[in-house]
Amino acid sequence: MIVAERKPLDQIDAMIQGFDKILVVGCGTCVAVCMAGGEKEVELLAAGLRMKGKLENKQRTIDEITVTRQCDKEYLDPLAKYVDDYDAIISMACGAGVQFLAERYDEKIVLPALNTLFIGVAEGTGIWSQRCTACSDCILDQTGGICPMTICAKNLLNGPCGGTDHGKCEVDGEKDCAWTLIYNKLKKIGRLDYLAKIQPPKDYSLMTKPGKYTHEAFKEAKQQEE
Amino acid sequence: MAAGFRQAFQEKDFVVTAEIGPPKGTDISEMIAHVDLLKDKVDGLNVTDNQSSVMRISSLAVCRLILDRGGEPILQLTCRDRNRLALQSELLSAWVLSTKSVLCLTGDYVSVGDHPQAKPVFDLDSVQLLQTVGLLNDGKDLAGNELQGSTDFFPGAVVTPEADPIEPQMLKFEKKIAAGAQFFQTQAIYDLGNFKRFMDQTRRHEVKIMAGIVLLVSAGMARYMNKNVPGIFVPDELIQEMAAAEKGKRVEAGIRIAGRMIRQLREEKLCNGVHIMAIGKEGRVPDILEAAQ
Ligand code: SF4
Ligand code: SF4
Repeated sequence: MIVAERKPLDQIDAMIQGFDKILVVGCGTCVAVCMAGGEKEVELLAAGLRMKGKLENKQRTIDEITVTRQCDKEYLDPLAKYVDDYDAIISMACGAGVQFLAERYDEKIVLPALNTLFIGVAEGTGIWSQRCTACSDCILDQTGGICPMTICAKNLLNGPCGGTDHGKCEVDGEKDCAWTLIYNKLKKIGRLDYLAKIQPPKDYSLMTKPGKYTHEAFKEAKQQEE
Repeated sequence: MAAGFRQAFQEKDFVVTAEIGPPKGTDISEMIAHVDLLKDKVDGLNVTDNQSSVMRISSLAVCRLILDRGGEPILQLTCRDRNRLALQSELLSAWVLSTKSVLCLTGDYVSVGDHPQAKPVFDLDSVQLLQTVGLLNDGKDLAGNELQGSTDFFPGAVVTPEADPIEPQMLKFEKKIAAGAQFFQTQAIYDLGNFKRFMDQTRRHEVKIMAGIVLLVSAGMARYMNKNVPGIFVPDELIQEMAAAEKGKRVEAGIRIAGRMIRQLREEKLCNGVHIMAIGKEGRVPDILEAAQ
């Protein structure tokens, strides 16, 4: 899932200076799970902004709503009946959701409340870690299911740098060296032979931004229409 | 002047290189003094590439300065700051400026240096960089295009004999050989017993291995490296020996230790040479060589 964290209250407060009526829109999918932008967090942020407004003697209306997902048009459409009442909308979705909301309501000012961090997993309670950088050509089959593009700070594809320190990474001693993990895993599953192969340079052309993808089934449907 | 670094391995049983660190800024007087002091005493001078991710004069520019003064440079090239276009371009440039040896490295991460906010590149890794050197030597670039004139580099790489764990390091060492590395300079070694065991694992390969020698300047430095520098292990006896030296004589103790190690490596034919890194004390390299006699 997409992992994000909320921006500091002061930063969000600074963004809404000059606006009186604000709608805070939460997102009920990834960022709700990582406790950054779901219904609860919307409630907290709205309360914080109201409080700040009050302390500064401002006339401020902050309303709240949370949709299932901000990265899907069908969940954004129902907001149409509310948005006109507001000077600005604060989106508590990931960066993609913020943009989709801003695109759907393109006459509105849409502001981001989160910093989008990475694609990751819930490692423990309240702890998430990055696992994939969306390289468009997955090689996990050759690396024991551990991603060198992501877990290795230098995205090295052919083994560790000289910085491995007792199995930890030179860049952050708290983190495991990807190549120690990969080696141990392949050893465990009896597939150390995978490591003999020299991996070619990554094809970064596949990662040219902005990415776009049409599912095969829909490609055909589109062609038939035409 | 040195006959050329590659040739040195043909002519000698024990080859010696030292390291030159380009300065941060345009005052090169001290560095040039070190070059002049060392150029006739060693077989090659490695020039570091933004060492420790600290921005400095480029390795290539200093290689050319070394050539101008009659020395033999070894270009260090890391994958940190350049993508595959820039790396290949740098290699072609090095060749036309008469630098013939290149040491391919991954490079430290940007966070350890003085521009931690910089975008780290790492488009290629050191194994792929070695392959790239091989392609340029064959008259082709990484995309398969024909070159108008090829290179003939003597490619080298690094290895960390004290890496923990050692197995992934050795796998990468073998990949580097498969990718064309002909010489290796090791991370600093201090425990010759461990180094012998490492060398035993490398014997079946036709590559030249130079042991890394880093000058100890105090017991504190040794303890610091043990704690903070990955892949360096200074045994207790050496730390004791450094600690026993009286104040003002500590560098002398470090020189004595380095000289003794070099002598033993040479006399017991443990490896093909040494690479001396006298970080900040380049002026003392001749004393180390003297102590190694
Ligand atoms: S190799 Fe890594 S970055 Fe690429 S798709 Fe697989 S997990 Fe993601
Ligand atoms: S220590 Fe390991 S994870 Fe860290 S940069 Fe080096 S190879 Fe990658």
